[in-house]
Amino acid sequence: MLEPINVSLASLNLVTLSPMLIAIAGGLIILIIDLLKDGLHKSLYVMMTILILFIDFGSVMGLNVNERGFFDVMLIDGLSIVSQLLILIASMLFIPLALTSKRFHEYSYPEFFALFLFMIAGFQFMVSSDNLILIFVGIETSSLSLYTLIALHNRDNAIEASIKYFTMGALAASFFVMGSAIIYALTGSVELYQVADVLQGRIDEPAVMGAILVGSIFLLVAFGFKLSLFPFHTWAPDVYEGASAPLAGYMSIVPKIAVFVVAMRIFGMYIDLGIEWVRILILVLAVLTMTLANMMALVQQDVKRMLAYSSISHAGFVMAAIALDTTKANTGVFLYYGLFMFTNLGAFTMLWISRHKNNVHHDRFDHPYEKFAGLVQVMPMGAAVMGLFMLSLAGIPPFSVFWGKIYIMSAAVDSGYIWLAIIMGLNSAIAAYYYLKLIVYMFLMAPSNDNKTVYYNITKPLMTIIGIAVVATVSSVFFMQPLISYIFYMVSASGY
Amino acid sequence: MDNILSVLIFFPAIAGLLGFVVDKSSARVYGISVATVELLLAIWLWMSFDGTNAGMQFIELIPLVPDFGINYYVGVDGISLFIVVMAALMTLLGMIGMSIEKDIKNMIISLLFLEMTMIGVFVALDAIVFYLFWELSLVPMLYIIGAWGGPLRIYASIKFFLYTFTGSLIMLVGLLFMAYLYQSVSGVWSFSITDWYALVLPVDYQIWLFLALFAGFAIKVPMFPFHTWLPYAHGQAPTIGSVILAAVLLKMGTYGFVRFSLPLFPDASVIMIPFITVIAVIMIIYTAMIAYAQEDIKQVIAYSSVSHMGVIVLGTFAMNAEGISGSIFLMLSHGIVSGALFMLVGVIYDRRGTKMMSEFGGLASVMPKYALIFGIMLMASVGLPLTIGFVGEFLVLLGFYSISPIATILAGTTIILGAVYMLRLYKRTFFGPITNEKNENLPDLNGRELTALVPLVAIVIWLGVYPKPVLEPIDTSVKALISFMHEKAQTAEAKETIILSKTIKEAK
Repeated sequence: MLEPINVSLASLNLVTLSPMLIAIAGGLIILIIDLLKDGLHKSLYVMMTILILFIDFGSVMGLNVNERGFFDVMLIDGLSIVSQLLILIASMLFIPLALTSKRFHEYSYPEFFALFLFMIAGFQFMVSSDNLILIFVGIETSSLSLYTLIALHNRDNAIEASIKYFTMGALAASFFVMGSAIIYALTGSVELYQVADVLQGRIDEPAVMGAILVGSIFLLVAFGFKLSLFPFHTWAPDVYEGASAPLAGYMSIVPKIAVFVVAMRIFGMYIDLGIEWVRILILVLAVLTMTLANMMALVQQDVKRMLAYSSISHAGFVMAAIALDTTKANTGVFLYYGLFMFTNLGAFTMLWISRHKNNVHHDRFDHPYEKFAGLVQVMPMGAAVMGLFMLSLAGIPPFSVFWGKIYIMSAAVDSGYIWLAIIMGLNSAIAAYYYLKLIVYMFLMAPSNDNKTVYYNITKPLMTIIGIAVVATVSSVFFMQPLISYIFYMVSASGY
Repeated sequence: MDNILSVLIFFPAIAGLLGFVVDKSSARVYGISVATVELLLAIWLWMSFDGTNAGMQFIELIPLVPDFGINYYVGVDGISLFIVVMAALMTLLGMIGMSIEKDIKNMIISLLFLEMTMIGVFVALDAIVFYLFWELSLVPMLYIIGAWGGPLRIYASIKFFLYTFTGSLIMLVGLLFMAYLYQSVSGVWSFSITDWYALVLPVDYQIWLFLALFAGFAIKVPMFPFHTWLPYAHGQAPTIGSVILAAVLLKMGTYGFVRFSLPLFPDASVIMIPFITVIAVIMIIYTAMIAYAQEDIKQVIAYSSVSHMGVIVLGTFAMNAEGISGSIFLMLSHGIVSGALFMLVGVIYDRRGTKMMSEFGGLASVMPKYALIFGIMLMASVGLPLTIGFVGEFLVLLGFYSISPIATILAGTTIILGAVYMLRLYKRTFFGPITNEKNENLPDLNGRELTALVPLVAIVIWLGVYPKPVLEPIDTSVKALISFMHEKAQTAEAKETIILSKTIKEAK
C-alpha cells in the first residue's frame, strides 16, 4: 500500500499556471455563452477573445522570472515570459481580422474562438516548460486546434491544407516523441535540466554520442517540420495558400515563436554541452532553408505563396541564430520575431482586405501578382502601405525588420561566423528581388482589369490593425532601445 | 543655429510628406519653393562654416539605441560641406529644368525624399545612420527610374536596386564587424565613425574590412567591372533621374572611400593602391573607348561619367593633399558638369523624342544658345583650363604622380580620350549642314531651361577661374585627414606613401 502523498498547495505554485488557465477558462466561457444563446454576432466573440487575451497578458506580466511550479514541471523563465507576451500580442492583433465586411464561414462558429484560445494555451504550455512530455502535450494541443481552424475556412483547398498540415504535423509529433524517448533512455529523465546533468557526466562514452546523434536528428526533423525548414518545408506554401490570409500570417509567426523557444532549450543544451556537430547541422539546415526558400520565392506567381516562401526564409534566418547560441543571438530571435510580427501580419492583412470569395483574377490563385498591377492608381494608400511592408520585409532601413536582421547578423559576426553574416546579407539581396516585384507591379505597371480589388473587404477594425502595423514598422527605431534592453535582460536572466 | 544639419535633412522629408496634400497643379511650384529654401539653408550652412577649422562642425548627437551603440550623430567638415551644397543645388536646378508633366506630384515628392537621403548620407557620422540613408536613397530612385523611364525602365530600375543593395549588404557586414572590434577593444558598442577612427587595427583585418566596404562603395561609384548597371540606369532614367544619379548618388561611393576607407584602414589603403590603380586606369581608358563607340548621346555622357569617376577614385588613393583635395573638387565639378550635360540631352530629347546622334547635325545654326552652353559644358567635361573640370583633374594627376608616373600618364589620357569622344559628339550633332529636316525649326532654349542651365555655366566658369573659396576649406580638412592617416599608419611603407605637409599653394 502506498503512503498517501502530502502536497501543500503553496508548493505547487499555481500562479505559474494562471496564464494558460485563463485562456482555457476563456474558451469555455465562450462555449457556454454559445450554449445559452444562439445566433450572437461574431463581433461579440471577437471582443470577448481580446478581453480574455488582455487578462492573460496581464497575468503574464505579473509573473516573476525564474520560477518553477507544479512539481517543477512548469518553468517560468525569461524566455517563457517574452515569448508568451509576443504570442499574446500577435493573437490580439490577429483576432480582430475576423471583422471583415464580407461574411466568411469560419467566423460564424463560436467554436472558432474557443479553439483559438485553447491553441494559445497550448503554445503557452510549450514555452513554459522544460519537461519534454509537457512540451509534447503543448505541441499537440495547439496543433490539433490549429488544424481545425484551418479547415473551418471551408474551401476545398482549406481542407486540403488542413489535412496536409495534420499529416505532416503528426509525423513531426512522432519524431519528437522518438527523439524524447531516446533522451529518456539515455538519461532516465525528461526534465531538460536533469538531462543536461546526466549527459555532462557521460559525454565521453562513444555509445552515448551515437545515441545523442540519433536522438537529436529525430528532434531536428520534428522541428524542421514545425518550423518549415528545408527539406521539410514542402507543406508550408500549400497550407498557407489554403488557409485564410490572416491565419496564414498568424501561422508564420506564433507557432514558430513557440517552437523556437523549445528549440532554444533543447539545442542550446546540446551546444552548451560542447556537441559541436549539432551546431553545424543546424547551421547547414538554416543556410539551406534561407537560400533555397528564397530561390523558390523568386518564381512564385501568387503573392501569398511568395509570402509563404519568404516566411520560410525568415525562419531559416532566425534558425541560424539558434545555432549561435549566444545571449545576443537568442535575444535576436525574439527581437526579430517581435518586429517581423507586425510587418508580416500587416502584409497578410493587406491580402485579406483584397480577398474575394471566389477567384476572380486567376483560375488557380487568390492573389496573383497581376491583381495588384497599378494598385497605386486605384488605391494609393493601400499601395503605399503594402509597399512599406515589402520594403520592411526586404530589410531596408529604418523599417522594423532591418533592426532584427542587423542584430542577428551582428550576433553572427560577434561569434566569429562572418561567412554566415555574409550569406545572410546575400540572401537579403536575393529576397529583395521578389519583394520588389510586388512593388513594381503596384507602382510601375498599368492597372490590368476592372478594379474589383479596391477596398473589397475593408472595415474600420481592419484599418486599425493595419494602422498599428504601419506605426510599429515605421517608428521601430524609437522603441528599439527599450525592446532590446528588455529582451536582453529577460534572456540573460534565464541563462541563455 | 547649431542644429542646422537636422533641419537640412528633415526639412525636405517633412515637405515631402506635406506635399501629399498640395494640389497637383501647384506641385511643381511647391517643389521648387521647397528646394530653394533648402538651397538657401545649405548656403547658410556654408556661410556659417568655419573654413579654418579642419574638424567636424555643427555636430549633433542623440542616442537612438545606446545599448547597441547606435546614435543619431551628424556633423559636417570641409570634405562633405560642398557636396551637401551641391546636392541641394542640383535638386533645385533639376526640378526647374524638369519637363515632366505626368504624375508630377509623385515626382516632386520622390525628389524631396531623395534629397533628404542624399544630404543624410553626407552628414552622417554614425555608420548605421549612414547605412540607413544610403539604402533609403535607393527607393525613390527606383521609383523615378521605374515610373518615368524609357521602355526598359523596369529592368533598369531593378538592376540598379539589386546591384547596389547587394554591395551594401556586404558593406553592412563589414560595418558590423568594425563595431564588434571596437566593442572588443573598448568594451562598449559604438557605430560612431569618429570613435572608430581611434581604433588601430592589425593589417590583415584592415584588408578584409577594406574589401567589405569596397564592395559597397565600388558598386555605387561604379567601378569597373561593377559598372554595368549604370548605362542601363542612365539610358532608361528620365532626365531628372540621370541628373541626380550622376551628380549626387555616384558621389556617395567616392565619398565613402574618403570618409571610411582611408582614415579607418590607412595601411590597407596603401597596400591596395596597385589594385585600385589598375581598376581605375581600366575604368578611365576602357569606358572612354566605349563612350566613343556609342550612338546615343546620353550613353556617351553616361560612359564618360564612369570614366571621370575613375579619375576621382585615382585621386582619392593618391595619399597626398593634392590628390585627395583634387578628387573631392572633381566630385563637385563632375556633379555640376555631368548634371548639366544630362539636362542638355534632356532638352533635345524633349524636342525630338530621340537621343541618337545620327538624327541630328547642324544644330548650331538653329539652336545657337543651346550649342553655346553645350559647348561650354563639354569643354568643362574634357577639362579645359579655366573651367571647373580642369582644376580637379590637374590636382588629381599632380597628386598621383608621386605614386606612379606611368599610371598618371595612362590616366592623363582621359583628357585626350575625353576630347576625342566629346568633340566627335559635338561635331556630329552641332556642326555641318542640317541633314534632317525635322531639325530645321527646333526652338532654342526657353526661359525655364535657361534658368536651370545659366547658373551652372556661371559656376563652371567662376570655380574654373577662382577655385579658392571652395578649395581652401576642402584642403584644410584633407590635410588634417592626411596627417591623421600618417600618424595612424603602422607599416613603414604606408607612412612613407602618405605624404604630409605639402599644401596646394606650395605645389602651385
